[in-house]
Amino acid sequence: MKFRIYRYNPETDTQPSMQSFDLNLEAGDAMLLDALVMLKAQDDSLGFRRSCREGVCGSDAMNINGRNGLACITPLSSLKQPIELRPLPGLPVIRDLIVDMTQFFKQYHSIKPYLINNDPPPETERLQSPKERAEIDGLYECILCACCTTSCPSFWWNPDKFVGPSGLLQAYRFIADSRDQATAERLDNLEDPYRLFRCHTIMNCVDVCPKELNPTQAIGRIKGLMSKRTV
Amino acid sequence: MAVVKRTFDVVVVGAGGAGMRAALALSEAGLKVAVLSKVFPTRSHTVAAQGGIAASLGNVSEDNWHWHMYDTVKGSDYLGDQDAIEFMCRAAPEVVYELEHFGMPFDRTDSGKIYQRPFGGHMQDYGKNPVQRACAAADRTGHALLHTLYQRNVQANTNFFVEWMALDLIRDQDGDVLGVVAMEIETSEVMILQARATLFATGGAGRIFQASTNAYINTGDGLGMAARAGIPLEDMEFFQFHPTGVHGAGVLITEGVRGEGGYLINKDGERFMSRYAPNAKDLASRDVVSRAMATEIKEGRGCGKDADHVLLKLDHLGEDVISHRLPGIREIAIKFAHVDPAKDPIPVVPTAHYMMGGIPTNYHGQVVAPYDGGPEEIVQGFYAVGECACVSVHGANRLGCNSLLDLIVFGREAARQIIEDLKSNPHPKQLPSDAADRSLSRLARLEGQKNGESVSEVGAAMRRVMQAHCGVFRFPDLLAEGVRKIYEVAERAKCTEIKDKSKVFNTARVEALELDNLIEVAQATMTAAAARQESRGGHARDDFPDRDDDNWLKHSLYFSEGRHLDYKPVRLKPLTVETFPLKTRVY
Repeated sequence: MKFRIYRYNPETDTQPSMQSFDLNLEAGDAMLLDALVMLKAQDDSLGFRRSCREGVCGSDAMNINGRNGLACITPLSSLKQPIELRPLPGLPVIRDLIVDMTQFFKQYHSIKPYLINNDPPPETERLQSPKERAEIDGLYECILCACCTTSCPSFWWNPDKFVGPSGLLQAYRFIADSRDQATAERLDNLEDPYRLFRCHTIMNCVDVCPKELNPTQAIGRIKGLMSKRTV
Repeated sequence: MAVVKRTFDVVVVGAGGAGMRAALALSEAGLKVAVLSKVFPTRSHTVAAQGGIAASLGNVSEDNWHWHMYDTVKGSDYLGDQDAIEFMCRAAPEVVYELEHFGMPFDRTDSGKIYQRPFGGHMQDYGKNPVQRACAAADRTGHALLHTLYQRNVQANTNFFVEWMALDLIRDQDGDVLGVVAMEIETSEVMILQARATLFATGGAGRIFQASTNAYINTGDGLGMAARAGIPLEDMEFFQFHPTGVHGAGVLITEGVRGEGGYLINKDGERFMSRYAPNAKDLASRDVVSRAMATEIKEGRGCGKDADHVLLKLDHLGEDVISHRLPGIREIAIKFAHVDPAKDPIPVVPTAHYMMGGIPTNYHGQVVAPYDGGPEEIVQGFYAVGECACVSVHGANRLGCNSLLDLIVFGREAARQIIEDLKSNPHPKQLPSDAADRSLSRLARLEGQKNGESVSEVGAAMRRVMQAHCGVFRFPDLLAEGVRKIYEVAERAKCTEIKDKSKVFNTARVEALELDNLIEVAQATMTAAAARQESRGGHARDDFPDRDDDNWLKHSLYFSEGRHLDYKPVRLKPLTVETFPLKTRVY
């Protein structure tokens, strides 16, 4: 099995390069992450993040044959060889497949990703009907892997100004939550030529999301709320 | 070599459910807190918990904390400390409501309350009938919980040290804990983090086994650090094998599948749990179900061409239940077992899942160790919560959904205790001059090692030994040989060599340091398992098939130095209610 993997160590390399690897492995049921772990056993300098190996922690997002995805839930059998692996695009590379996610998280934090409800909490739970609860399905499941945001050309151009699909999906997760009271404040926070409106519905985000979520739809709903309140 | 020092009120190591629940309370109290995590907080392994968090809310069926407490004591095979168990079960409803107020997206009943599902060992009326006690957010409860806690910590401006690895505990001559030595992974910079309180919430060590539901990061770092600093590890022989790991991949399939009505079948299509647990059947405790599965496989009734697994059937639940209550399971089954569970059963096998043992604490999260004749003296400045701690609420076998509960109850309680303790302890103690020496010499050894074995080779050897010698059923000859072999592997682990010496995000170095911790845990587990001559909860001895309360109703304490064992009594007296007396455990 053949690989071409992006290598870069700022201590020793003036510029990145693609390194070829050969692995004696039948694709079978194995995932891409299994292959990476085996490659690391051969060459312990190969750098990548990984943890849960089941697609819920969001550590091992990378660019796989040109498309962002999670290595742990990408079957080797689905990939054309040589398998080309690069770090997520649009973020600074720390080393090899490891990117600096500071900007991504900064945007996430900027949308106030927490429930705002200023009523004193009741003694038991706040009630929410199953229908109200269903409004946040397809939103709360985000694993912050950054596959979507780093596939978005609008984010590549304005990573400091455009919140990006993941952050906006989370913004809508709180707007859509019947328990949250800060919708107006949240919309104000996004009322800006860049923060929300740099989304041009390119829809790369929807295409790559490993959890099959739909940030474009969430962004559309925020825009809808925004225009409703201006008329 | 001069090491930079920073000083905090509290250092929390680990940012999973327990660490973040504690951090939230500590930040809100205005303390200067540093929370260290090897990974970005939402990547912690709490994120993978699926089925639910236990609390006797009674939203669906009648319930109360006494029944929850009884189930937990019984589930622990009477090794759990009844004071801690009472404390946890009583606090459960309150902490779950708190999570809801924080914004956790629980599923709902038609009346708008938190949805609850049945789970293994959760019963009404002191063990009579199944009860719906598991508070669930679909089958992603851990994800919902962890993200909610992270979000709340963002709001509280908690100071996270992301991708920092704690290397060693700092103790002075009095045995007091004064902080940790840690390394920033991105730069390999080593720093002393001094604190008046040090809280470990470093999670489990399921990666000592070959087949494990655990994440790669679950390497028992807190236990390794504690053991190297002379703190004993409690009840390490008790490791839970979850009945339903996906055959081959090891990925977890929640007990919630059986809670929603799924069941296990053998190659004849027989629902075999009826023979082993006539009342609770597939919802018996995990140790009981795992042994039943292992017995079916051993006696030739396993499925597949190698007859090495059984099947989890849930297609009869229908599309609606599967897509609404178990969507994550369907995703996992399709990806890792190549079956759509709405049509075909999932091949499953008991898989190493949870460490009941850990760093010994009382129910306030204070670490306790034998000292000067007393079995449980407080180690000043040191606290532990979550899977790395042994309170002990899980005893010899943990009930499903009690782990998330454990994180939240004791995370919150340890924070309360720390806030109180710091009031009477306003000044940091003087650091010993050799505070960073152990860590620096470990790093120097790794830097200079020549002709050593690779970390992946030695790690694989450790996992093979644990898997073959310390599994669901334990045999005397295999255990004796296992002890010898794991000590041999421990010697090899002292001379691992990494080729990559870079200072930039060196994951090879991280993995080598993790192996130091794993091997401490592996030795503790094997040593304590070989010594305990009875079967109780997750520890099933072929040569001693029964529980032996006369000789073994006691907690084990493993000391890394000299690899010796000590024992201490079980706390049978609860806080306010009568003791639940010892009974034979049937489901």
